[in-house]
Amino acid sequence: MSARPHLWPQALATLFSGALFGFGLALSTMIQPEVVLQFLRFENFGLMLVMGGAVLVTMVAYKGLPRLTVSPLLGGDFQQHASAWNRDTAIGAALFGLGWGLCGVCPGPAIAALGVGNWDLLWALAGIALGALAQGLSAR
Amino acid sequence: MPHLTTLFPSGWMHFLVGGLLIGVAVAFLFVTTGRVGGMSTVFSSSWSWLMRTPYFLQQRYTASRTWRLLYAAGLVMGAAVWWILVDGGTPQSTHVPAWKLLVGGLLVGYGARLGNGCTSGHGICGLGSLQWPSLLAVLTFMASAFLCANLVTRWLP
Repeated sequence: MSARPHLWPQALATLFSGALFGFGLALSTMIQPEVVLQFLRFENFGLMLVMGGAVLVTMVAYKGLPRLTVSPLLGGDFQQHASAWNRDTAIGAALFGLGWGLCGVCPGPAIAALGVGNWDLLWALAGIALGALAQGLSAR
Repeated sequence: MPHLTTLFPSGWMHFLVGGLLIGVAVAFLFVTTGRVGGMSTVFSSSWSWLMRTPYFLQQRYTASRTWRLLYAAGLVMGAAVWWILVDGGTPQSTHVPAWKLLVGGLLVGYGARLGNGCTSGHGICGLGSLQWPSLLAVLTFMASAFLCANLVTRWLP
């Protein structure tokens, strides 16, 4: 069952949600590679709190909401993160971790860094965009 | 609790509040639109505006590229609001050298797209929907990231 989507309200909700995400990333200092690298060197466990807090709230929504209503408030359908364990996921995750451990930047913070004038992170943003391009061009 | 200051040398409140806000953001997107708010897909879906190959023209990219770009624009705006209102608007910078950012970024982009998820896609959305493949993906990238970060500190500081 799917309700007809309300396009403009959906666009506004998406923009607002992105903004809240970006504010949270900035407030939690996850847009600073140094803080992420401290976590990866076991010097500062803040990232665990960020991840834990985010997963907890998300889980309540993902698991609870579809029981309360058949479709999202602004129409459309409830989607799910496409997750499968296979060769690509294993190799991809391992490579992602190597890169993340080297630079301390993942996709969200690379984008959000534009909002705080951290132009150094444009190197990471360009790298991620080119890496995604290479993956798409080499995909079967 | 003396341990708190060693585990969290820069405090813990902003981490927890920031994390909860990120959770509210992902939950709000789902409640209103049903969309799953991972961040790495935008790096593939946006190429579909330019690249005319079958991979990039998959329906999952062309159908979501508009909202994903909007979501990314929101991310920049939200960070800018924090920057101006809370941080005072002094441009941030990093001591991580450019080559590490670029090479690391390439691996992050390639790996996240090959593995179909990053810290938000597998970490927040995948774990949030209790999917065990995402848990395995998170454990895998955490392990390789711990390894890489510590080896790099030792050999390529």
